[in-house]
Amino acid sequence: MIKIQKEDFNVSTELKTLTSGNVKIGGVASFIGLVRDLVSPEKNEQTLKHMTLEHYPKMTERKLKQIESQAIGRWPLEASLIIHRYGKLKPGDQIVLVACASMHRQAAFESCSFLMDWLKTNAPFWKLEETAKSKIWVEERSDDYLAASKWNKKSK
Amino acid sequence: MKVLYFAWLRERIGASMDEFDLPEEVRTVGELVDYLKTKGENYSEAFSHKKVIRAAVNLEYVSFDYKLINKDEIAFFPPVTGG
Repeated sequence: MIKIQKEDFNVSTELKTLTSGNVKIGGVASFIGLVRDLVSPEKNEQTLKHMTLEHYPKMTERKLKQIESQAIGRWPLEASLIIHRYGKLKPGDQIVLVACASMHRQAAFESCSFLMDWLKTNAPFWKLEETAKSKIWVEERSDDYLAASKWNKKSK
Repeated sequence: MKVLYFAWLRERIGASMDEFDLPEEVRTVGELVDYLKTKGENYSEAFSHKKVIRAAVNLEYVSFDYKLINKDEIAFFPPVTGG
């Protein structure tokens, strides 16, 4: 399931809903992304006031659905969930939740990691970091691309 | 056609969208960028570094040699930073 929303989410409620009624599920792996309080360190050491996430709504929905189906095709998942927030967030706020449920842990761990790597490099979101003095658009990280590319090479 | 702009491209251009008929001389996404650069200083400045600009046509990522038709929705943006 895909949810793209402005509102915060309750991890415990979301995970319970995801697994309820399916006793084939043996484990759930989840990842929660938070707004980190540090602007790109090489630029300055100021405190982050806000991070604003802009996105391309129609494309975000389409791309997230595509990648969720890819994960479902690649791992034996019983349930999956991606929640991605947009709008103005503060340091410490939750941005993203990815949760994958499967009979066994390996599929859950791997697919969760795959979805996060993919979100970093392919989901049409842009982050604006705002401090007291400046506004900076977050740039892509080559590490993220490296992490995402390993899923292409891996034969499953 | 609809042309959408996101993040710092939207800021530099000063608009989130343009709507116009596909000009006759424009066949590809790259040629559309060259055309947009003639629309004013804000456009030429925003598109001055082609290498850091990504494009999507009808909600799918495309390269700059992708061929356009008039009913396409094209979006230009910097590299994405989701998650």
